[in-house]
Amino acid sequence: MLEIKGLQVKLEAEDKQILKGLSLSIGAGEVHAIMGPNGSGKSTLSYVLAGREGYEVTCGTAELNGADLLGMEPEDRAAAGLFLAFQYPVEIPGVGNMTFLRTALNAQRKSRGEEELSAAAFLKQVREKAKTLKIDAEMLKRAVNVGFSGGEKKRNEILQMAMLEPRMCILDETDSGLDVDAMKLVAEGVNALRSAGRSFLVITHYQRLLDHIAPDVVHIMADGRIIKTGGPELALEIENNGYADILAEVA
Amino acid sequence: MALPKLKADATSARLDALTLPKGAAWAVEARKAALERVTAMGLPSRRDEYWRYTDPSALVSVEAPSAALLTDDEAPVFGTVDRIRIVFVDGVFDADQSDPMIGTGIEIERLSDATAKDIHWARDLFGVLEARAQKPVERSLAALNTAFAADGVVIRAVAKVEKPVNLIYLHKSETSDAMLHNLVRVEAGAEMTLLENGPAAARFSKLLEVDVSDGAAFHHVRIQGRDHQRRAVTHTFARLGQQSRFKSFTLTANGVLTRNECVIELTGDDASAHVAGAAVGDGTDFLHDDTVFITHDAVGCESRQVFKKVLRNGATGVFQGKILVKPGAQKTDGYQISQSLLLDDDCQFLAKPELEIYADDVACSHGSTSGAIDETAMFYLQSRGIPKREATDLLVLAFLAEALEEVEDLRLTEDLRGRLEGWLARRRR
Ligand SMILES: Nc1ncnc2c1ncn2[C@@H]1O[C@H](COP(=O)(O)OP(=O)(O)O)[C@@H](O)[C@H]1O
Ligand SMILES: [Mg+2]
Repeated sequence: MLEIKGLQVKLEAEDKQILKGLSLSIGAGEVHAIMGPNGSGKSTLSYVLAGREGYEVTCGTAELNGADLLGMEPEDRAAAGLFLAFQYPVEIPGVGNMTFLRTALNAQRKSRGEEELSAAAFLKQVREKAKTLKIDAEMLKRAVNVGFSGGEKKRNEILQMAMLEPRMCILDETDSGLDVDAMKLVAEGVNALRSAGRSFLVITHYQRLLDHIAPDVVHIMADGRIIKTGGPELALEIENNGYADILAEVA
Repeated sequence: MALPKLKADATSARLDALTLPKGAAWAVEARKAALERVTAMGLPSRRDEYWRYTDPSALVSVEAPSAALLTDDEAPVFGTVDRIRIVFVDGVFDADQSDPMIGTGIEIERLSDATAKDIHWARDLFGVLEARAQKPVERSLAALNTAFAADGVVIRAVAKVEKPVNLIYLHKSETSDAMLHNLVRVEAGAEMTLLENGPAAARFSKLLEVDVSDGAAFHHVRIQGRDHQRRAVTHTFARLGQQSRFKSFTLTANGVLTRNECVIELTGDDASAHVAGAAVGDGTDFLHDDTVFITHDAVGCESRQVFKKVLRNGATGVFQGKILVKPGAQKTDGYQISQSLLLDDDCQFLAKPELEIYADDVACSHGSTSGAIDETAMFYLQSRGIPKREATDLLVLAFLAEALEEVEDLRLTEDLRGRLEGWLARRRR
């Protein structure tokens, strides 16, 4: 599904290397987790994959089902099936949440040569999916993420994911700032989407979320690289011992 | 004080080419007085403080510069609303295309008919608010309009009027030069909506005097025509009585030159005046100017100015807005915001917000900003699959939303929004 090889990335504004040769391979239907200390480059990886400006890829490749992601516009990556749940979802005053969702969905359908969804069919879908995430009608009516609490913003990300039905989902610290109940809702939302044709890359700081979304593979990232890869037990090890041991091990 | 020679020459050249319309003695007198005001002030030039950002020469010249006609298949503006349509073609009333001037709770007449009558209420309004508004800032083009505009409509609302009156200004001749003067009196406790749309002429001078009596409400929504080369100067003068409400919203797209002046006097306690504008312009020859002057001369009044401009490809936006709070106008609540969204680096927004306050118990705030599209918002939209140009349009509409919200009638808001969306989408193809 997602194939990253030797990715090196620096910031355009300053001459600062963030990713230093990162490789990752996620098969269809798999759930991978990336854990790592703050500042190790996890968000940078997710932004580079989603196509945010301001980064320069100096080396390496990233492919989604064989297509070169790095040469595509962000909207084309989305239409190709990539989705990033932002660590910090963006507030857009003046753009209604519903308008936003519908425009996004129809834009993706259009670029794949599919019919636009009718207003009625769209409404039905949103309502159903919003309900399972405990997002009420009033929240749907508001401007995108404006006046949303931290937890509401994260649930809104999952709602978008559920509506857009991407094949490759990247969740950047979707658990941060959530209380236990909100995290359960988010995890349930994610689990409901798990399927043989859909893969996940779950970036998280803590083991907590992984109790609810069981990963197949866990990667430890530090200083722009994956330094260790293992099974779910790796996450438990971090939970018990912190990053210090592993960092020392590879140093 | 004698006028500078250039100004005096330009003024007399223009005046020589015009003739005062005939009418009843009071109307002729009012027009002569207006002509005297023009002669004394002279027509504006770039050197005038109030025209520093906007060159008025095309509005002053003897001949109107020509403007090509726009042809498109857009649905009629306000077409979904049951309304009384009054049509002017290149500034000339067209009875065939107009509805009968009859409505419940409302009296409508042509200005040329009203000014021919020896006794008419319009006498108390015609040129009166315009003359009052010449201080402290001269508006000689408005006086020119009072003197020479031969037609327009005269409206008196005496109850809560359901049907809006829609003045439709069609542009059919590339060289037309039109002037219209409209009067509205909303009697105590009455309410009405005035709609205006269309480019009107290659060059258009339009003046509206509105007297909003105690407890009355006046709603005004207009869409200025999209003919690329058209030029327009419009003046709205309003006087507000106690607990009255005034709301005006203007949507402008295209036109090489638009100067919309709005002068409002809050003279009765607890009155409220809102003026808003949304303008979208494209190209180095686009200039849109909102010039607003609101005077608080009573206690407990509220005023709100919301002006938004979206500029691309070298377009220019101008905003000059003033709130004057007179001595004794306590508990004034004044708000003013002017913002521009610059879609290209070479666009410019020139803003001159002013507050002048002579009372101590007031709350006035003003702000002016100009900036580009928010990159973070743009990336968020794109990351959800929305192409850049479509995302730009969403953000443009979002930017204009605060101004559009000033329109109370949701049917009209929908029309305006849909039209804007259509114009933006058309550019994408
Ligand atoms: N736009 C930026 N400007 C300056 N430094 C940045 C920027 N983006 C990321 N960085 C730096 O790059 C490193 C990795 O950041 P990030 O990808 O956010 O890490 P993580 O998500 O793992 O906490 C940090 O040292 C951070 O300060
Ligand atoms: Mg991060």
